[in-house]
Amino acid sequence: MPRLEDPPLITGRGRFAADINFPHQLHMRVVRSPHAHAEIRSIDTQEALALPGIHGVWTAADIPDIGPVDLRADRAAEVLKPYRQPVLAKGRVRYVGDPVAAVFAEDPYLAEDGAELVAVDYAELPAIVSVDDPLGEFAPGVGTEVAIIPYSYGDTEAAFAAAHAVVELDLLTGRHSGVPMETRGAIGRYDAAKDILELHGAAKVLHRNKETLIRMLGRKPSGLHLYESHVGGGFGIRGEVYPEDVLVLAAAQRFGRPVKWIEDRHEHLMCANQGRQQHHWARMAVDAEGRILAMEDTFHHDQGAYIRTHGVVVPNLTMCLFTGLYRVPAYRARAHVRLTNKTPCATYRAPGRYEASFVRERLMDAAAAKLGMDPIEIRRRNLITKAEMPYTIAFDEPEAKDGEIDSGDYALLLDKTLAHVGWDSLGPELARRRAQGELVGAGIGMFLEEGGLGPSDGARIAVDTEGDVEVITGGASLGQGFETSMAQICAEALGVDYRRIRVIHGQTDRIPYGIGAHAARTTVMTGNAVHATALAVRAKALDVASEILQTPGDELVIADGTVTRRGRATGPSITLGEIAAFLAPASKNRGAHAPGLNAEEFFNTTETVFPYGIHFAVVRIDEETGHVAVERFVVAYDVGRAVNPMLVEGQLVGGCIQGLGGALYEEFAYDPHGQPLAVTFADYLMPTAAEVPDVEVLLTEDAPSPHNPLGIKSAGEGGINGVGAAIAGAIDAAISTPGAVTQLPVSPQRMRELLRDRQA
Amino acid sequence: MTRKHDITLTINGHDHAITVDARRTLADAIRDQCGQTGTHIGCEHGVCGSCTLLLDGVPVRSCLIFAVQCVGVAIRTVEGLAQGDELHPLQRSFIEHHALQCGFCTPGFLMLAVGILENEPDISDADLRAALSSNLCRCTGYANIVKAVRAAADELRAGP
Amino acid sequence: MKPAAFEYHAARSVEEAVATLAEVAPDQGRILAGGQSLVPTMAFRLATPEHLVDINGIEELGRLAVEDGVLSIGACVRHAAFHRPVTDGGLGAILTFMAGHIGHYPIRQRGTFCGSLAQADPSSEWCLAAVTLDATITAQSTRGRRTIAGADFIQGIMTTALEDDELLVETRIALPAADTRFGFAEFSRRAGDFALAMALVSFRLSGGVMHDARLGIGGAEDHPRRIPQAEAALDGQPPGSQAFEAAAAAVAAALDPMEDAGTSAQYRRELAQCLARRALESAAESAAA
Repeated sequence: MPRLEDPPLITGRGRFAADINFPHQLHMRVVRSPHAHAEIRSIDTQEALALPGIHGVWTAADIPDIGPVDLRADRAAEVLKPYRQPVLAKGRVRYVGDPVAAVFAEDPYLAEDGAELVAVDYAELPAIVSVDDPLGEFAPGVGTEVAIIPYSYGDTEAAFAAAHAVVELDLLTGRHSGVPMETRGAIGRYDAAKDILELHGAAKVLHRNKETLIRMLGRKPSGLHLYESHVGGGFGIRGEVYPEDVLVLAAAQRFGRPVKWIEDRHEHLMCANQGRQQHHWARMAVDAEGRILAMEDTFHHDQGAYIRTHGVVVPNLTMCLFTGLYRVPAYRARAHVRLTNKTPCATYRAPGRYEASFVRERLMDAAAAKLGMDPIEIRRRNLITKAEMPYTIAFDEPEAKDGEIDSGDYALLLDKTLAHVGWDSLGPELARRRAQGELVGAGIGMFLEEGGLGPSDGARIAVDTEGDVEVITGGASLGQGFETSMAQICAEALGVDYRRIRVIHGQTDRIPYGIGAHAARTTVMTGNAVHATALAVRAKALDVASEILQTPGDELVIADGTVTRRGRATGPSITLGEIAAFLAPASKNRGAHAPGLNAEEFFNTTETVFPYGIHFAVVRIDEETGHVAVERFVVAYDVGRAVNPMLVEGQLVGGCIQGLGGALYEEFAYDPHGQPLAVTFADYLMPTAAEVPDVEVLLTEDAPSPHNPLGIKSAGEGGINGVGAAIAGAIDAAISTPGAVTQLPVSPQRMRELLRDRQA
Repeated sequence: MTRKHDITLTINGHDHAITVDARRTLADAIRDQCGQTGTHIGCEHGVCGSCTLLLDGVPVRSCLIFAVQCVGVAIRTVEGLAQGDELHPLQRSFIEHHALQCGFCTPGFLMLAVGILENEPDISDADLRAALSSNLCRCTGYANIVKAVRAAADELRAGP
Repeated sequence: MKPAAFEYHAARSVEEAVATLAEVAPDQGRILAGGQSLVPTMAFRLATPEHLVDINGIEELGRLAVEDGVLSIGACVRHAAFHRPVTDGGLGAILTFMAGHIGHYPIRQRGTFCGSLAQADPSSEWCLAAVTLDATITAQSTRGRRTIAGADFIQGIMTTALEDDELLVETRIALPAADTRFGFAEFSRRAGDFALAMALVSFRLSGGVMHDARLGIGGAEDHPRRIPQAEAALDGQPPGSQAFEAAAAAVAAALDPMEDAGTSAQYRRELAQCLARRALESAAESAAA
């Protein structure tokens, strides 16, 4: 079934941020710090202002009433507030790319010319480049260790003391990020006629961002709206409030002209949220049969230069599902959230979880090696069973979010995965190839995901007199097929063809609430709200239809927008459009019925849902070049219920390839002075069609969630979560060296070093 | 101030008379001055391929060529693929095979594929994948794009 | 990433191109051919030429021909022209094989063979070819024409023997003897990326032994060059693993590889050794010209 989203996109008639233009618009270009850490001594804008076509140049002094970019998560956390990023640097710059000034010009070429003429005098300061470096000073009296966050339960000390074996690992996950094909963009426009300040090119969490921007700019809720059109991928990194969003809004208001900012790729690779960089010291205690007694993990979380809108969500997410699918009687984790003079970090698809899965699955492989056990068998032995569901992970710390796993049959998914790959013959075949000198091996990563965070979402649905349906949501589309999914849910519940449904999203002036699209919540929350609302519309329609057709409601069916008696499709009927006309406010026939064939319903939940997955990789290593080829990759994932399997598979495959990028190719490296080294696509390497295996997807629906009527869990992050883990395990197996891989990404040069260490 | 150039760009058979600086790239001129925003800009340094279009039947990166260089050249962009309501076989195939998610890289891939298949209709699977490795996609993981182009190639080869 | 402003000059003949270049070279005037390397550097404003002289409209520079035992490649001949062999035998085949490693399909539709030489990127396949196969480069300016030997043409990273006011109009490569075998191997992180190292080899095979061996390494040092110690290990030897490994070891010993944050000299050295051997094996397997 073709997506509703496709027609404009396939004909080049999409409307991405850069495609949006308003009359008399100005173009903004940001002047950015060339230093990782420096005091700003002075800024001279005269030469820039003198350039023809330059309308204005701002520094922090021009926006004294605008505070730092506010937090979205952990908003109340006072301890985080000193670390927020000013919209334009105040006195100090803290990463290469930190915004220092903004130039406004008639044309983007001129804006860039003008930006080059802004003369900033810096006094360089020493930069903290590694998260393991000694702590430093963020600002006078404020140090660079933002927080130390604990998660624990059970008695790990006793467990380690009583252990039959203990494994200890020192592991690094490399810095990388979502890097969508569309760079960021924001267009600010002040509609003076209506006194509404507009942000176009918004994405992801529009209603939450509106709250932030209202606060920051002193606007009333009715006086600021966000508009999303087409979005070229998000992956978690787009759609948070960034300094540039605030600047275009403030400038639009002050100049009385629309202000357009489109990020270039060089900027994007230096300034858009990055992630994944952590240094873990983890250990695990097991008994003689390989059963886990305890897990412990301490890590340094590289936050970059500032705390952005996500607060400390990512280190929290690293810890709360660290134990994965396994029964872990005792657990102790500690996150050191530290600032460095590099690009600030926040959420990237499966945030904290890609990292945690790498560490946890390395622990399992290490324990297997130590005990001489099969890596698959040790995992199987420790899986939480179906009979134990719902399974609670309760932390001692009151602020730590407990997890109540709703449903899952992990052993079944493992069996299905192994059957799919034919492990009984594949394992021996790989061993035979190794015996003949090939460096081939298989690895596995098993993981738990969490999605569907509530507490509430709603939807509004209205049917017009033509029988066309409008579904208004507070959702957002990043390219994942949101409209099609919601339309399908509505179509099924209401009894119409999905192609007659228009789904509204990303318009804060159409609906005052919404959860956008993030953290794999949309299908669960918005989907269930749409479902409930569609059922309400259906009930209204049948109420009227039963009157008109003189038939009890429970004997009526709706198919393709027409109501008929069950079993008498050619008998008396009435269309939804006719019912809508019947219910029109001015309709003479409406009687006591409330006007309009429409409804608004909410889905409320205090629960979250827990999809789960297994990643299985086979790699082949070229011993001389260190190149790692992925011969095979399997993503097995249980989503509870798949509304649209084609869309789910698309998400899983896309996520998987991003995961491979992080495991083998992508890295935001910095030199010892904090200069970023991967700021072009020639240096930040993402997989192309030539590098990717044919990802095999095993999509199962064995464990629907009991927490929502549709039984759905979520799919957005399941393709990426375990890739690092599976690739690491496969490389170890290929070179017959358990525990070899301790760092991602595994570049060819690093692979050669591992091969050399193996020989030594 | 450098000289301005009055030029005419012929895009999908239509002439657009515009005035540009020499430094204005073809991508920017098409998008901002000719109103054809279907061609997207992803990197401006010739790696991602989002800006791919056809110049005299050959796929090129429009961010790496200046508008002033393209006078008298037949420029074809994604907007010219469909004939009225009738989609090009590649467009239909992309939809059928779910070869687009966010759609940002899609015009570039379509024009790349059109260019490849018009020049090499009998291209092998291996060469096709190598040619498609010219462009970056971040959403789909490429599998469906490769399938869609292969299916369209087979359809185009089979003829009407 | 918009380029800085420049004046644009479209030349209609070689004479016009060099006359304009003579005027604008003092103001950082540059030649615009394929633009696939130049324009990205302009986008980053690492290059800010105030003048560009466009030679794409000069028909005679698009000439690609074989005559009197010489392959002539004009300044505007695109990489894509080599997608199919431009001459019979081993040379045509190896140039086609090498072309497939240059960037990507759309880049090859615009980028030029001679432009690569003028650019002198250390990881340029054509620079390696010019050096290893003793190409002759013809440069023209208002002061006349001159030829430069391939081995002397590239002097360092992005540095050639061309004067600022000279236009590289043609590269000529002599066709090899009929019994010449060619081999090429390169390694990059992904398809189309800059090579971390590459090797181009040729040798004549008669009477079961190799002679007139040529072995060039590119991508590893700041410019490509032949490795005479490796060639000495091949001449007079039968093709096979003994000679090939000796030659490869000589490469490793002779090289002074580049080092940067992402790639160590040692890795490049070992890579060059491996690729030299693979190129030799490939040459041994290839059909004679």
